[in-house]
Amino acid sequence: MKIAVCVKEVPGANVPRRHDDATKRLVRDGDQVLNSYDAHAMEAALQLKEAGGDAADATITAICMGPEGASRTLQKALALGADDAVLVTDPALEGSDILATARALAAAIVKQGPFDLVLLGQQASDSDCWVLPGVLAELLEAPVATQASKLELSGGNASLERQTELGYEKLSLSLPAVVSVSDAINTPRYPALKAIMAAKKKPLEKLGVADLGLDAATVGTAGSGTIVVAFAPPPAKAGGVKIEDDGSGADKIVEFLAGRNLV
Amino acid sequence: MSILVFVEHHDGTIAPISLGVLGAGRELASAAGVPLVALVAGPGAEQVAGTVPADTVYHAAGDRFQVAAGGVDALAAAVEAAGARVVLAGASVNSADVTGGLAGRLGVGINTDATSISFEDGGFVADRPSLEDSVVVRCGFSKTEGLSGIVLFRAGSFTPLELAAPGASEALDVADSGRRAQQFGGLEQAATGGVDITKSDVLVGAGRGLGGPENFNLVEDLAKALGGEVATTRAVVDAGWYEYSTQVGQTGKTVAPKLYIAVGISGAIQHKVGMASSGTIVAINKDSHAPIFDFADFGVVGDLFTIVPQLKDKLAARKG
Ligand SMILES: Cc1cc2nc3c(=O)[nH]c(=O)nc-3n(C[C@H](O)[C@H](O)[C@H](O)COP(=O)(O)OP(=O)(O)OC[C@H]3O[C@@H](n4cnc5c(N)ncnc54)[C@H](O)[C@@H]3O)c2cc1C
Ligand SMILES: Nc1ncnc2c1ncn2[C@@H]1O[C@H](COP(=O)(O)O)[C@@H](O)[C@H]1O
Repeated sequence: MKIAVCVKEVPGANVPRRHDDATKRLVRDGDQVLNSYDAHAMEAALQLKEAGGDAADATITAICMGPEGASRTLQKALALGADDAVLVTDPALEGSDILATARALAAAIVKQGPFDLVLLGQQASDSDCWVLPGVLAELLEAPVATQASKLELSGGNASLERQTELGYEKLSLSLPAVVSVSDAINTPRYPALKAIMAAKKKPLEKLGVADLGLDAATVGTAGSGTIVVAFAPPPAKAGGVKIEDDGSGADKIVEFLAGRNLV
Repeated sequence: MSILVFVEHHDGTIAPISLGVLGAGRELASAAGVPLVALVAGPGAEQVAGTVPADTVYHAAGDRFQVAAGGVDALAAAVEAAGARVVLAGASVNSADVTGGLAGRLGVGINTDATSISFEDGGFVADRPSLEDSVVVRCGFSKTEGLSGIVLFRAGSFTPLELAAPGASEALDVADSGRRAQQFGGLEQAATGGVDITKSDVLVGAGRGLGGPENFNLVEDLAKALGGEVATTRAVVDAGWYEYSTQVGQTGKTVAPKLYIAVGISGAIQHKVGMASSGTIVAINKDSHAPIFDFADFGVVGDLFTIVPQLKDKLAARKG
């Protein structure tokens, strides 16, 4: 069995995030990290494998579309337990929206496949879209379910549970399938130092648009279905107060609440 | 040509989020001078279609359309039948899967989590708060012929359209794409019993920072000291620590108490949309970068296990 895990590189929590007015794209300076939601997808793949059964012999491939530097994020995925990794990187991919990103990832998944299961995180913390899995699944002609909070493999099916607006839904998807997982499905492990060292020796392949047989007009800015027209400031909001707890935090909260007649 | 709305429904009624989207669709249709068309799919679609206030309402009834695979086929057929210029839907878990599939099938752009849409210079432009609501991205579509794209809207973006005279409804002929479909294995209904957190003036919101169900007495005690109730995040509910009926946010409830104290909650956008209109927001979180501090009126960076018990005691002492 082969499992692919799509992982994105995103700005770290300490990096002020902003768009470039000229390119209309997110500025990617400063620390870039593995999208924390995708660590749950990696962990889900590892747990499926450890659970034995259909996935006992699974190989896990981490796939990322991003700039050259995103190989760091794939190193992290390898340290977490992926067997190999693919970086989809090419200047022609810059400016890809969800549709164009899904096309690039689908091409990489087909080229490195066939995969029985493609796992994704619940959302990318920089784009907060959570619809990419649906687009990707359609391009792969596979069934999809997003936001799984429980996931099992057996008898050639992925059985899962997920929260919808109506309650918890049970679904079963015949493999190959595409599943995104909720951040409550598991607690990701921390890689041991040994695993971090071992990751450096694992295969990490870089693929460009030509390697994937993609027409450059279908990806990047050229192949995107959406266009950013402009940026506008958010609705104004009065700034709040933030303090460090030095032992008096609880007192300060009570004072604040009393000031607003809330206690 | 038309504006097409993907309508969600349950137990014979239109989902509130879809009524909001229908309202936005109605305005957009008048601005663009085209009719408003709706699609209702899944078991019971025919009955629901008879209540939808759109100019034309298609229905695709039957179990096949209950899951995303059938939904994509139905929506693709509706786009074709209606000559849709844009597809609008609520940003729900199921419509994400269906509209994502449509975007992939037809090769069109998809814009999620928008809060408004307008018709400008012959094209559609949607506003989408981005980067933790620090900027609004105005986003249009590159395709100018036929279907230009898909927009999903945040819950609560629009006032629900009044149920007025329903449009003419007709059964939609849906070709089977032959995609392997998801097998629906049932729905565990949201617990309807218990307290209704939307009625409470004070809510203590508890997030994954609580560490486990065994620690919830901390927030229950604090809520009691304030005469309020406990609310939760999806991370807490998905992990099975607390009741689904207490969840606040995009997939959960929308609340607007006088006071919301967020304890061990990061403040993800999907949580924020359910509680941002609270009168006063207080946050306790050990991570000074947590997004919750961007919209809290008063934030304390610190350990909840220290602060919450102290806070409860001080409140109890005040009451005397
Ligand atoms: C389609 C979709 C729908 C969603 N719908 C919803 C929804 O309806 N409602 C919802 O809430 N979420 C929803 N989410 C999930 C949302 O994106 C977040 O994953 C979720 O809100 C995170 O919950 P949390 O804040 O409890 O957990 P986390 O994000 O893990 O935050 C825990 C916080 O606790 C803090 N913490 C840890 N220990 C301590 C301590 N000892 N003292 C103080 N602070 C501590 C941490 O610093 C952290 O900030 C949805 C997501 C998607 C993709
Ligand atoms: N550039 C990318 N490379 C690899 N995976 C991605 C990329 N963008 C998004 N994903 C995956 O898609 C999921 C949902 O992303 P999104 O729909 O953009 O919020 C993420 O959690 C990742 O698993």
